[in-house]
Amino acid sequence: MSARERIAGGTASFIDERTGAAKWMKKTLTKVFPDHWSFMLGEIVMYSFVILLLSGTFLTFWFDPSMREVEYEGSYEPLNGIKMSAAYASALHISFDIRGGLLMRQIHHWAALIFMAAMVVHMMRVFFTGAFRKPRELNWIIGVALLTLGIVEGFLGYSLPDDLLSGTGIRIAEAIIQAIPVVGSYLSYFIFGGAFPGEMFIQRIYAVHILLIPGIMLALITAHLMLVWYQKHTQYPGPGRTEKNVVGYPLMPVYMAKAGGFFFIVFGVTAFLGAVAQINPIWIYGPYNPGQIGAGSQPDWYMGWLDGLVRAAPPIETHAFGITISWNILIPGLIIPGIIFTLMAFYPFIEQWMTGDKREHHVLDRPRNNPNRTAIGAMSLTFTLVSLINGGNDLLATHFDLAINQIMWFSRIGLIALPPLAFVITKRICLSLQRADREKVLHGRETGRLVMLPHGEFIEVHEPLSPEKAYVLTAHEQLPALEIGEADANGVANPQGLKGKLRARISKASQEQISKPTSKEMLELEDGHH
Amino acid sequence: MGKAVNRFFGFISRYRRHRFAGPLMLLGGLLFAGVGYTVAQAATEEVQVVLSSDKASLISEGKEIFARGCSSCHGLNAEGAGAAPSLIGVGAASVDFQVATGRMPMADMSQQAARKEPVYDERETAALAAYVASLAPGPAAITNEELFWERDGNTAEGGELFRTNCAMCHNLAGQGGALTQGKYAPTVMGVEPRHIYEAMVTGPQAMPVFANSVLTHEEKLSVIKWIKFVETEPSLGGAALGRVGPVTEGAVAFILGLGILIGIAVWLTTKAR
Amino acid sequence: MSESNRELEPLSDPGLPEHLHRKTDVDPLAAKKAERQVSILFTLSALGTILFVYAYIWIPEDTLIFLPLFNVTNAHQLFLGLGLAMALFFIGLGAVHWAKTLMPDHEVVDYRKEQRSKDEDRAAFVATVKDGAAQAGLGRRPLIKRSLGLALGLVGLSPILLLRDLGPLPENDLNETNWKAGTRLVTDPGDRPIRPSDLEVGGVAQVQPEFPAGKVRHLDDIAQDSVLLIRIRPEEFNLDAERLSWTYEGIIAFSKICSHMGCAVALYEQSTKHLLCPCHQSTFDVTRAAKVIFGPAARPLPQLAITVDNEGYLVAKAPFNEAVGPSFWGRDSG
Repeated sequence: MSARERIAGGTASFIDERTGAAKWMKKTLTKVFPDHWSFMLGEIVMYSFVILLLSGTFLTFWFDPSMREVEYEGSYEPLNGIKMSAAYASALHISFDIRGGLLMRQIHHWAALIFMAAMVVHMMRVFFTGAFRKPRELNWIIGVALLTLGIVEGFLGYSLPDDLLSGTGIRIAEAIIQAIPVVGSYLSYFIFGGAFPGEMFIQRIYAVHILLIPGIMLALITAHLMLVWYQKHTQYPGPGRTEKNVVGYPLMPVYMAKAGGFFFIVFGVTAFLGAVAQINPIWIYGPYNPGQIGAGSQPDWYMGWLDGLVRAAPPIETHAFGITISWNILIPGLIIPGIIFTLMAFYPFIEQWMTGDKREHHVLDRPRNNPNRTAIGAMSLTFTLVSLINGGNDLLATHFDLAINQIMWFSRIGLIALPPLAFVITKRICLSLQRADREKVLHGRETGRLVMLPHGEFIEVHEPLSPEKAYVLTAHEQLPALEIGEADANGVANPQGLKGKLRARISKASQEQISKPTSKEMLELEDGHH
Repeated sequence: MGKAVNRFFGFISRYRRHRFAGPLMLLGGLLFAGVGYTVAQAATEEVQVVLSSDKASLISEGKEIFARGCSSCHGLNAEGAGAAPSLIGVGAASVDFQVATGRMPMADMSQQAARKEPVYDERETAALAAYVASLAPGPAAITNEELFWERDGNTAEGGELFRTNCAMCHNLAGQGGALTQGKYAPTVMGVEPRHIYEAMVTGPQAMPVFANSVLTHEEKLSVIKWIKFVETEPSLGGAALGRVGPVTEGAVAFILGLGILIGIAVWLTTKAR
Repeated sequence: MSESNRELEPLSDPGLPEHLHRKTDVDPLAAKKAERQVSILFTLSALGTILFVYAYIWIPEDTLIFLPLFNVTNAHQLFLGLGLAMALFFIGLGAVHWAKTLMPDHEVVDYRKEQRSKDEDRAAFVATVKDGAAQAGLGRRPLIKRSLGLALGLVGLSPILLLRDLGPLPENDLNETNWKAGTRLVTDPGDRPIRPSDLEVGGVAQVQPEFPAGKVRHLDDIAQDSVLLIRIRPEEFNLDAERLSWTYEGIIAFSKICSHMGCAVALYEQSTKHLLCPCHQSTFDVTRAAKVIFGPAARPLPQLAITVDNEGYLVAKAPFNEAVGPSFWGRDSG
């Protein structure tokens, strides 16, 4: 036994004798993880979160979360003598007087953008492949909560340096708070410690940004991972992959090396961006002053769609009995996002209601094999994308020679007209892909080779699919629509009434499929050809 | 041109900490001052000559150019017609700004006159300016002595003024921005200080006028100094991404950041052969 | 449906594909080469750290270099970042390459069990809960149940109450600004009083109310008081008599705080006489008392009545007659 083995053995026995963990550890270290690039998206999110914690901690060593007014006397000359908050001054101090400070600030901000981007793409993967189905609904809801918290956390971080851009963002957030019926102005006065912007705000959001929300997120991420761990990862359909197994690499050593290596890669890429690409140059923006503003004031991208919605809102306010209700703020700022996030959180259950399928699923769907879900996803993405475009309408206008007014009208109409269109088109595309799959299974792959038959006709040579490929194309199951009869067997009218009818219709629409080849067809095929 | 200026300033900022930089600058400065003084002396004399004897001929030359190049829109007597405004009383500063930045004559009747290569040379521009100025008094062209922004301006104060008075249209970093109905506020990067000054005084196109009593002469020079500072400022922290804020940053995070990472994830999960 | 359906599946599962050996599994030379590659990647990481240390200590922070694409940039930050990026990135790359080429790549099958517990466990669990509840006897002792409900309901109040001192009540604050009848308009920044003649037609001025000596202008003052002064030809106004009397020789004053979400609406186009808010593109027509002609804002910008004092300086004729800034519940908009 080499010295190294002795040490390893000694450590293991030390731990086991005190915790009894050997059995659990053995199981854990041989835990199987399926390999697919889209399964790495969630890892990007988690690693970005770790990067955010590390770089953020570095920034707290110098950041002064105070709105005390100071006169800047640092090494950035063009702001010398300008009155600003201590928070902004310390952000400048980090950027210009701390070695590596600017780098860390930029890494922190890039990591935040990548964190949110990867989170959204990860969520899209989970949605379009149906990974949220039973038993993973809870994890989906945790995911939605994390997305919401991420947006808020990112926005607060964007606000902390107290530069002109971030202050403008806060101003808008304050207007949204103020628009809340009945308690709005009170809430605003409590949050800001008086009239906007007051002198309390930065230190309050600082506590929330570095302690409260990251703490909650950390807890939720832990729960998220524990559930992934406990429920075992989903897998894509393929030969040998069933609902009852999981095929992949063991945690020790392959997955550990890959996942551990990937952490360093994510950190490396983020550091690379922090080194070569300037982000949020607060020194050019200047300190916040409510009387100043810049053209092209935008929030970070994950808030951009909200800003776009606010821009597109119709100018409606209700004035009556000495009160004002600002629909132009409430609808795009609170009501629509509220509806979107609620529907998103409950989607797994909505789908269960539509399909009546309450079984466990561990093999993922190919998006085309669930046209209805894919179309709903495309519809939601279209809505968000149009509002995101409208959130950047001023920049699009100047860079593509358009008028703000045109883009705004395009978005106003597009927000209503394009999502349904996207739904219909996506569904049709899915169905024709299904048709193509069916053709492929029955008649083989088109090779593009033309052959002339003896009587002069040209035909294209079709190559039969390999059994593995053909299996992937037929392994999904096609549920029939729910049968909710008008009347039950005894002739009693459907007790569920209108609701039942509606459900039957939705179910029928949602289960529209091109039927995959049946075993009979396959048999006939074999008889005919061979 | 703008690139060359940038490179030039880049060169300066690169070597400004060199240990010979100080003495060299001093030497250069002295030389510059000496030569500059002599040339300025000569130039002032020349200007005075132009003023006294050539003024009339300059105006008549301007009138001729005007008749050929401008009157079809602005009218034979600069009284204006249709979309083309009257030029009576706009002053030499306005003409100098519009013509020397190439905005006038307009190439096409688009929403807004864009900055382009000027059509007329310096002398022709001066002649046009003199002619229009002779029609009615208006803001005069600024002299180089008055426009000593390097000496009379204050960068920090200029930034504060820029953010209050200019940034809402021209963007916090002076990159320009959108106005209503397809109009836009152009970027202020790479614009001659003289033209920045004239724009503030005359309020070309959609831009409002910033009179000297509201934004004093010194304050205007401060604004210019700040703009010139931003223009030549090194891109601290890496490539500046057009300095238009979170939109490009978001695009870069998606395309470059997430794009690279997904590419690596694909490599990571494919089996080695 | 499942079992009978599955028998009808068109193709049976061909099972896991055969394991293919990698070059590194069968060819010792290839394995050696992969080993070298991995160690080169780790060495690159070490070089990255050296670059990082070098940049931190020996590249002065104000060194500027010119690079294409970057223009002039600060070398300290750039090389510090590149060093860090290299150091991290190549560790990752090396580890992954190692795992891919040299660690075993046999796929392993693990079996799942249903998440649902066995029926007897579930029954036992339910019984335990029921038992526990019965032992506590809540159902039998309504007095305890009710008083506990009361206590629990009320205890939640204290943390909410504790938050009360976060800020004062708005009272009438949102309806008031520092503009009083006779307050002079002064330039922002600069604090110089303005005469009507200072403003040309087509001109604008950003103004604040004049503060008595010693009073400091805070950001919350600016957030309510900021005013934009615009001068156009008086005949271009399209106002009712009252609003016209609030202007002075073609000079009209509006609150600069957007009636939509409070951004500074100072984007004035003198050619069209329109004011545009750069945040959400609400457009206001100056000639018609800042009527909203485009965008999400629902109310015109509040107009400040102005006149001149006996020294000829512009002053407010009266305070704003409505609240400035974004709407709120208790805002009386008539």
